[in-house]
Amino acid sequence: MRAYDYLSLLQGAAVTVSLSLIGIAIGVPLGLALALVRWAGVPVLGRLVAAYVSVLRATPLVTLSLLVFFALPNVGVPIDPVPAAILTLAMNTAAFNCEIWRAALNDFPRPQLDAAVAAGMTPWLGFRRIVFPQIWRFSLPGLVNEMTLLIKSSPAIAVVGIVDITRAAVRIGAQTYEPLPPFLAATALYLLVVLGFVRAQRSIELHLDRKFGFA
Amino acid sequence: MMHEFAIVWAHKDRLLVGFGNTVVLSLLATAAALTLASPIAIALMSHRRPVRALARGLVDGMRCIPFLLLAYIVYYALPTLAIRLDNWTAGLCALVIYNAAYMAEILRGAWASLPREHVEAGLAFGFSGLKLYRRIILPPIVLACMPVLGNQMIQIIKDSAFLTIIAVPELTHEASAIQSTYYVPFAAFISAVLLYWVLCRLVEISVGAVERRARARR
Repeated sequence: MRAYDYLSLLQGAAVTVSLSLIGIAIGVPLGLALALVRWAGVPVLGRLVAAYVSVLRATPLVTLSLLVFFALPNVGVPIDPVPAAILTLAMNTAAFNCEIWRAALNDFPRPQLDAAVAAGMTPWLGFRRIVFPQIWRFSLPGLVNEMTLLIKSSPAIAVVGIVDITRAAVRIGAQTYEPLPPFLAATALYLLVVLGFVRAQRSIELHLDRKFGFA
Repeated sequence: MMHEFAIVWAHKDRLLVGFGNTVVLSLLATAAALTLASPIAIALMSHRRPVRALARGLVDGMRCIPFLLLAYIVYYALPTLAIRLDNWTAGLCALVIYNAAYMAEILRGAWASLPREHVEAGLAFGFSGLKLYRRIILPPIVLACMPVLGNQMIQIIKDSAFLTIIAVPELTHEASAIQSTYYVPFAAFISAVLLYWVLCRLVEISVGAVERRARARR
């Protein structure tokens, strides 16, 4: 492997991390919105969300990437590889995040919100001041775990032509006829990325612990 | 739109062949991974430090890399070490190695929370070594992690879709083939997604049924 090869692997790492982060930035709040729809018991919509989550959780990311990239143009919505990859990651992670948020919401004592509303808060204000500050701490480990799972399934977006870490490693291997070194380098990169997420979670928990005396 | 589904329906035999391959691949991989996970779990719980460290390294390594990367290593990098496998075998091996590590960690977790008295009672009745493991330790921990093992099987089904990239003729691969021949992307991939969903629901339902039956017999 030459210096240039290491550079292209790093470029792949930047692609993996940035696309995953954008997917997470969309998927985490979207998952919360879906979970709230089910928590609030909205009649038809709640059922639709349940069906969405059930199907998306059973769909391999490769299949979803292909569906998004090839089927959207077919129904008249042209889409480039990068937005298709982001949409795929966000749709997938939103379904899993919905279940994580829902577990936290189900664990949350609803009378607290009733009390807030009785004290004159609007439900939205009650959600912001009373519910959300408690459920996000409860959900954090699950959410970070799901983020690392998303990173590990992100090579699926290579099927629509994105050059991520894994794809970059395959290319180098094909050019140099020595596939093992780039694959080992790719392994090290994934290790760093996953450890980075876990570290970030720990430091957030530590910060909360210092500030409030509990995580 | 209906026209698209009609085309897929006309080629349902291909899709079903892919579905069958996905089912066979997942079942074989689950059985083999669970079998392999058991000795790895023993190594993870070993009193000998080097054994434990080796198993820990393997498990943590697998838990850090994406499945596709391992599939590539098995398919493209092993031949440089003079181990050459065809794409079907390579895919199956990758599924087994990868998921055995996850299953070993699941078993270890359940084992660690097994009450000490349970094992001691087994020892008092004269069980030791492999027999102690097989008769006293394994049954309760497998039962305890049934739902998690079911989830891992769903993960195996979903991971198997990656094998389309090394041209294993599984469900996604066949859907892709129909798609690229007749240009019916929506119908082809939605059909695949629904078949995956049916398969995963079946796994969930059967895990639930086995669990209920086991609980009733206890």
